[in-house]
Amino acid sequence: MTAIVFIAVYAGALIFVVGCIRRVVQYARTPVHLRWEIYPVPHEAPERAAHGGSYFEEDSWWTRPQHFSLSGELTAMVPEMLFLKALWEFNRRLWYASFLFHFGLYLVIGSALLVAITAAMSVIAPGAVAIIAGLSALYHGTGWAGAILVLIGAGSLLIRRLTIPELKIYNTGADIANLFFFLATFAVLLGGLALQPEGANLRDMVRGLLTFQTATPIGSVFGTGVVMASALAAYIPFTHMSHFIAKYFTYHEVRWDDRINLRGGELEAKLLPYFGYRPTWAAAHMRADGNKTWAEIVAINPAAEIKK
Amino acid sequence: MKTQPELRDMARTDREPLISLDNQDLMPLPAPLDSPEKDHAWTPLSAQVRAKVECGLDDTCAVSIPQPQSPEEEKALVAKFLSGLEKLFKKEENWTFLQPLLLTMEHCARCQTCADACHVFEASGRNELYRPTYRSEIMRRLYFKYVKGGGLVSAWQHGDIEVNWPLVARLIELAYRCNLCRRCAQTCPIGCDNGLVGHELRKLFSQEMGIVAKELHEQGSMLQLRVGSSTGMKSEVVKDNISFIDEDVSEKTGIEIHTPWDVKGADVLLIHNAGEIMAWPENPGAFAVILTLAGIKWTMSSELAGYDNINYGLWYDDAQFARVAIKHAEAGRKLGVKRILLGECGHAHKALSVIADRVLTGDLNIPRESSMTLLREIVMSGKLKFDPSRNDFPVTLHDPCNMVRLMGVVEPQRQVLRKICPKFREMEPHGVDNYCCGGGSGFAIMSGHNFPDWRFHVSGRKKLEQILNAFSECMAPETPKYVCTPCSNCKGQFRDLLTYYNLWEKHRILYGGLVELMVNAMVDVKPGFIDWEWR
Repeated sequence: MTAIVFIAVYAGALIFVVGCIRRVVQYARTPVHLRWEIYPVPHEAPERAAHGGSYFEEDSWWTRPQHFSLSGELTAMVPEMLFLKALWEFNRRLWYASFLFHFGLYLVIGSALLVAITAAMSVIAPGAVAIIAGLSALYHGTGWAGAILVLIGAGSLLIRRLTIPELKIYNTGADIANLFFFLATFAVLLGGLALQPEGANLRDMVRGLLTFQTATPIGSVFGTGVVMASALAAYIPFTHMSHFIAKYFTYHEVRWDDRINLRGGELEAKLLPYFGYRPTWAAAHMRADGNKTWAEIVAINPAAEIKK
Repeated sequence: MKTQPELRDMARTDREPLISLDNQDLMPLPAPLDSPEKDHAWTPLSAQVRAKVECGLDDTCAVSIPQPQSPEEEKALVAKFLSGLEKLFKKEENWTFLQPLLLTMEHCARCQTCADACHVFEASGRNELYRPTYRSEIMRRLYFKYVKGGGLVSAWQHGDIEVNWPLVARLIELAYRCNLCRRCAQTCPIGCDNGLVGHELRKLFSQEMGIVAKELHEQGSMLQLRVGSSTGMKSEVVKDNISFIDEDVSEKTGIEIHTPWDVKGADVLLIHNAGEIMAWPENPGAFAVILTLAGIKWTMSSELAGYDNINYGLWYDDAQFARVAIKHAEAGRKLGVKRILLGECGHAHKALSVIADRVLTGDLNIPRESSMTLLREIVMSGKLKFDPSRNDFPVTLHDPCNMVRLMGVVEPQRQVLRKICPKFREMEPHGVDNYCCGGGSGFAIMSGHNFPDWRFHVSGRKKLEQILNAFSECMAPETPKYVCTPCSNCKGQFRDLLTYYNLWEKHRILYGGLVELMVNAMVDVKPGFIDWEWR
């Protein structure tokens, strides 16, 4: 059982990481697009960010230094990441379920990190008994709390999806299955933790995982839960649930991207190669025959040729 | 008769509309428009129109797509659609919007948070057809099936869809039931953008299939590129008109005005929406008074498109957009001006200042500035003297989406109004949260068949509610009221909307620009610049 669990964890982690990197690379490699920001943009000067203003509000804005407030961005990002601020503001009923679910996941991830730290400490500094005991209590607390929150959150989200007509219409098979997957995984994990056999504990399991010791005992129910969690982790990057990656791009590279294109600047240098692309759009007015570059196409006046 | 279509209905092979709205179905309006039974009846599409063009979506028809004459023609159109769909997701074809489009396609959680932000959905009585995600979900399913390869797992994961000509024809129309105001995108927790989906669909139809609302293309960007303005005015005509405006305004204000043309090295090249020159001449007249008295070295340009800041490509076609933006910049470059000043036109603000910023490189990259900012500087600097008591009537402010939510020019116009209009009051909500006028994305100039009925009953309804609420305590006709609208397109919508509901005749609600209010309050100008006449 232990070997199977370890292989599942290694494979799940590897696929998760590779899948996430693939997503990041996919979006990061797309060209710099035309500006498409939406205000408020939180890195604006505070006196403008407060009402959603931009540097365009300033007289002769191009003569002034562009303001970038990291604290402004953090003030917007942290509540969004931790507390789902947008849902709180715009969809309060969903927020209750979604917040429990997401915050539960954060606690579980935090708990897993604490287990790893504790396991590492038990190898590096086995004498630090009090600290190890403290950390063990902490990861147990956060782990249990997190898993329970995930179960309540996922259950509530599932009930909403199955009962609210406007959600039902747009459900796909995966929308329902994904929530079942979370519910089943965390139910089995919690059940497994409760039913752990004598001598099996999380810290030893992670220590075994880190040091490749397959002799570590793992309860069969908990082991099944870990295999399911590994499969879930491997699955996430290939679904819309990888929105934790997408959100970086939608916020920083779309909504808040108000970078100015300066003559001879870095941005202009990035843009110029795109002007050399040779599109093939078929409508007559486009004049895109696959030979002309984008710059040549937009320099054409299609109406001039049909002057009356 | 309220009907709620499902996604699969889009592919229904009959040509019957998927929904039909009654006045009773719509979002209720406040007094005096609170009786749906007294509201205008919708003009039905004629049998002739129904027989010739594709109108299988709802009660109206915006694009007038001729019905294909054979299954082969339908097949060819579908093939063209799929080829365009594929191109939207290739960087060589669509570098301009690929990244945000991919993100929107791949990460919507279908939580429907966006729906409550959409004025069209709300005003329609929450009809599913107008839900922001209805359109996006169709496109998303098409993307996963026809661009990403589809298959059973994909259908399970993303939902299945079958493409046929009726679906494509309905999707073309549906792309023109969104104002592209992007209020929905502002609320999406993930950052998906249904407005962008509408934009990209319109682009696909235009750039690949040559299908687009004629008011935007033939009578819009193509006319502008041919003669210089979508109004059809050539430069000589514009010069004549401006000369008449100068005369009228000089007489009316007592200030001698001569609009300068083609002045090399001027500080400011002012580009109006040429619609102002034809429909609301007091607006360019007021600009001329303010810039002249403020001592600004300004000019207008007689270059092709240099006297008309509209850029309808913004709403449907990247190439047309870039072509017009380049013409605007070329006009500035030729004169060697220090900056291009955008008159009161929201989409022109966003088009040239924001979106074109990554199109204009090298010496075409001339600073572009909002007139709101310059006007605020003029008012606050004390260069001109104002008597706010001349504007002693209720004034509210409409925030054009393109200028405010999508460009961040929020406060300058408010600072002016607070200074010169003692009875200024905000609409709720306002600023970056404000609602579209209902004429956004070209609707204000689209009047084919019975489309205005839809524009007044549905897309303009939320704004109408806002206006009525803003003036709720002073609706009596004895009190003249002013909706300050610093956008030509929005003014067009208000002209039609307020006329449709008789709000000028019965309640003296007028609309107009910001500069008219400024000149009306200027001490050095004869009183009564705003003449309270309907235009």
